This record gives sequence, C-alpha cells and structure tokens, in this order.
Amino acid sequence: MTERKRVYIWEVPVRLTHWVNFFSIIALSVTGIYIGNPYLHPLSESSFTMGTMRFIHLTAAYLFLMMIIIRLYWAFAGNRYANWRVFLPLKKRQRQDLGGATRYYLFMSKKPPYAAGHTMCAGAAYFVLFLMFLFQIFSGFALWSYARSVPFFHMVLGGWMLGFWNVSAIRFWHHMVMYFIWAIALVHVYLAVWLDSAEHNGLMGSIFGGYKFITGKEWE
Amino acid sequence: MGDAKEGSIYDSLRKNGVSRREFMKFCSLMAATLALPVSFAGKIAEALEKAERPHVVWLEFQDCAGNTESLLRSSKPNVAELILDIISLDYHETIMAPAGKQAEKSLSDVVKNYKGKYITIVEGAIPTKDGGVYCTVGGRTAQDIVKEVCGNGLATIAVGACAWDGGWPAASPNPTGAKGVKDVVSGIKLINLPGCPANVVNITGTVVHFLTFGSLPLTDSMGRPLVFYGEKIHDHCERRAHFDAGQYVRQWGDEGHRLGWCLYQMGCKGPETFKNCPTVRWNQSTNWPVGSGHGCIGCAAPRFWDTMTPFYRRLENVPGFGVDSTADKVGAGLAIATAAGLAAHRIIRATKTKGEKPEEEK
Ligand code: SF4
Repeated sequence: MTERKRVYIWEVPVRLTHWVNFFSIIALSVTGIYIGNPYLHPLSESSFTMGTMRFIHLTAAYLFLMMIIIRLYWAFAGNRYANWRVFLPLKKRQRQDLGGATRYYLFMSKKPPYAAGHTMCAGAAYFVLFLMFLFQIFSGFALWSYARSVPFFHMVLGGWMLGFWNVSAIRFWHHMVMYFIWAIALVHVYLAVWLDSAEHNGLMGSIFGGYKFITGKEWE
Repeated sequence: MGDAKEGSIYDSLRKNGVSRREFMKFCSLMAATLALPVSFAGKIAEALEKAERPHVVWLEFQDCAGNTESLLRSSKPNVAELILDIISLDYHETIMAPAGKQAEKSLSDVVKNYKGKYITIVEGAIPTKDGGVYCTVGGRTAQDIVKEVCGNGLATIAVGACAWDGGWPAASPNPTGAKGVKDVVSGIKLINLPGCPANVVNITGTVVHFLTFGSLPLTDSMGRPLVFYGEKIHDHCERRAHFDAGQYVRQWGDEGHRLGWCLYQMGCKGPETFKNCPTVRWNQSTNWPVGSGHGCIGCAAPRFWDTMTPFYRRLENVPGFGVDSTADKVGAGLAIATAAGLAAHRIIRATKTKGEKPEEEK
C-alpha cells in the first residue's frame, strides 16, 4: 500500500451545502409529492395538513435557495476542489479523465478514477444536477408567483417563466425533474461507496470531516 | 324619483316591471361587482336614469352559442339580464326576428347610422386560415365582418373563451387557424370576458361601467378586466378550508364528495384560474360549478383547452407513455429503474472484480 497523506479537500461551505441540500431535498420531495397528490387521509376534523405541507415546502425551498447561492459563491471563492472549473471538462486532462472513469464504471478498465477532489465524471454530473436545481428553483417560484400581485424578487426567481410557458407545463416539469434528481442521487451514493472501497481514500468520511487520504499522485 | 328620462335604461326597466327598489339593489350589486364603494350605487343609478339605451350588435362566429344561452336561460331574469335584453340589441343571429337579407341589412344599418356609437359583442373564434373560409355569414368571412363592425364601433366586448384567445376552436392543432378578436382586429377599444360562458353579471358590469364612467374597466396584461379576473378562484372558494385541512374528494360520490370537501384531487383548476365565479356565481347567483361538486376546468385561463387538460387530473400525462402514465408514475418508474440498474451493476461488479485488486495510480 502506498504512502498516504491526510488532505483537507471539502471545506465547510461545501459540506454544509451538501448536507442541508440532502435534508431539504428529502423534505421538498416528501411535501412536494403530497402537494401534487395528497396521499394522506385527513387525520382529524381540525387538521391543517396541506397548509403545513406547503409551509414546510416553502421553507425548505428558501433554505435550498440559500444553499445554492452559497455554493455558487464558493465555486469562485473556495479551494480548487470546489472551483467551478472542476465541473466543466475544459482541459484535455479532464476530458481524458471523463473517458477513464466511464470505462472503469462500465468494467472496461480496472483503473479507478483516482481524484483528489471530484472525478471529472462526477463534476460533469454535478453540473447537470446544478442546472436541475436551478430549474427547480425557477419553476418552483414560477408556480408560487402565479398570483395577482407578486413580489419583485419572486418575478426574478422564476415568475418570468410564466411569460413564455404555461403553468401546467411548468408544474409537469417541476415534478419530472424531481425524479431526475433522485436518479442522480442514487447513482451518486452508489459510486461514492464503491470508489471509497476501491481507492481506500476515505471518500465516504470526507463529506463529514472534509479530509481525504490520498497518495499525492491523483490528478489535481 | 320618477324623473327618469324617456327612453333611458331605467325607464325601460320600469316598463318591464322593475321596481325602484329592485333597481337600486341592482345598482348596488353593480357597484360591488365592480369593486366600487357603496356610494357609487347612486352614481350608477343616476347614469342609468339618463343613459340612452346603447345600440348593441352581437356577432357569433365559431361558437356554441353558450354565452347567448347563458344570457337567455334564466328562468326568472334579474335586472342584470334584463339590461342586456332592453339595450337596443339590433343584431343577434340567434334571437332576432329578421332573417336572410333583412338580417344583414339591420347589421349594415347600425354600422352606417350609428358609426362610432354602438357596442359590439363578439362570441366565438375567428378562423384565419385559407382566407378565413371556415366561417362565413351571409357570404362574408368572419374576419371581414369583425374588422368592419368592430372597427366602426365605439367599443367591443369579446365574450367567452373563443372570442378571447380562440378557445377550443383554436385548441391544438387548430385546423382552421382560429383566433380571438384581439389577434384579428387592432386599434379598437376592446374588453375581453373569457370563460365558458362569460358571466352575464360581468357582461352587464362592463356595460354599466361604460355607461357610468364613459370608459372601459381597467384590464390586466391579457385584456381582461381586473375587477372580474383579478382574484384566484381558489382564494375565494368555499371549499378552501378543506383544501388547507387536507380533506379531499378522492372519488366521485365518496364520503368526502358528499361532505363537500375540496375537489383538488379530482383535477380542480381553481388554483390556476382567475375569475370571480365564487363570488358572482351563476343563474341569479344560485350556484357555481365548484359549489355543485364539480371541479373548475379553468375555462377563463389562456388556451385552457390545451393547458388545463386533463380536466379531471392534476397533471398532464407523459407524452408517448400511454393513457395512464402520469408524470409521477413515469418519474417513480425512472427512479426505480435507476435503483434496479445500480443493483444489476453491483452484481456484475461482484462477479467481475472478484479477488482482483484495483490498479494503483502510477
Ligand atoms: S375546490 Fe378547487 S378552487 Fe376550491 S379549494 Fe379546492 S382546489 Fe381550490
């Protein structure tokens, strides 16, 4: 086994946004599914189920929005593992890694995509995921701003969508993209567990503590 | 006050057996419908005592005559409906006595003799494809007629969804190129009263507003009067408490339906539709669709036939996935398929990489 160093990879804002997103996406999904299709039967005469669900949904939505803003800021202010460049295959090295990781995942190569931060595959996937997050925010606020007098910042956050798209289609895609996000999340967890065991680098632990154990030969 | 002008609206109402009391009640109703302070009831009364009966022509194109029906079908017409009766309805294909050439003459007479003074009410969409041949009256296309009649009048009221944005004749794929008045004639004073059908109280309210203030009511970006279309149905619905409480009708005729619970799960489009139905209601304010246990279908919303369907579900189906594929079923299927794919991947991985060590980084 090669010599390994303990390196600080995920700074606090990265881990914070990761976990708050984790919980808010769960809350948003559970309440969102209820809002779209109220599956619970009324609990009592005086229940306020839909009201509560919508309250949680909106609160979680604002929290989620804040996290996206923080993470976006950190893509410019954070360390190089958090930088926006790791999400886009701009360099040749990155494109090679994209192919290498894909081959490994499809059992076409036996070389795990060693990376100190994100592998390029993960980076690209998170970029798509980030676009989905933005879409959920915009479409969510578009649905929320379907009212007579709308606060200005609701218009900015999504109300503009109503200008060229009808509310039913927006709702439809607000539902669909939630499932896309679930699918990406499943793949994300699966690959993280796998790479953790294949690379022995403490990947799973790193999202809690921030440190990975790396050989120093990983790219970037 | 018996000093109403001969031939004025109030005068004709009186001749139709409307008492002063009923008349004042109507004026208060109009003030309320137009969201004016109560004191305006007097102003409206004054205006109606003086105003001459306006000349009105009612044009019908690609329509179902539903707006006409809604106007005529009241068993005991109230003042609001009477007002539309006693205005000088000089031309109305469904209810006028003359036919053929004579009928067309009454229309051209109004256009000639009262140029710039009459009100046009349009019902139905106007086809524009292939030179507009899909709807002709007396040998002329709807497009021609509407341009001439609306263009020479004082103001136009487009009643119903079809005259507004094409309604269901314009539903995809819109074979006849149907359009609403606003997209066919430009530069006219136009008020849109969408809905299937338009509410008689709102039509009357528009006329009364015009007679009282000499102007048309303030409209939103889609040309609908804000007083009638400013509030969401959902926010004024009597079933709203059940919505917030989580009490929903799940099947027609179930316990919740009998108890008058919210129709959200039955596809009610009240949360997406702006109109004053819950407050103004229909047939002498007896009831309205949601009140009688049927969800709102969003008939006053833009392109409702395309955007508010399916009427009995919350969401559209996923295209290409069969009739029963709601977004949620397909989406959940996708998530399950992903999980299954990952499980399969895990199994392949276990067999392929058994006992192997991954290559180290070099
Ligand atoms: S019946 Fe329709 S409009 Fe009324 S509260 Fe329920 S969803 Fe809203």
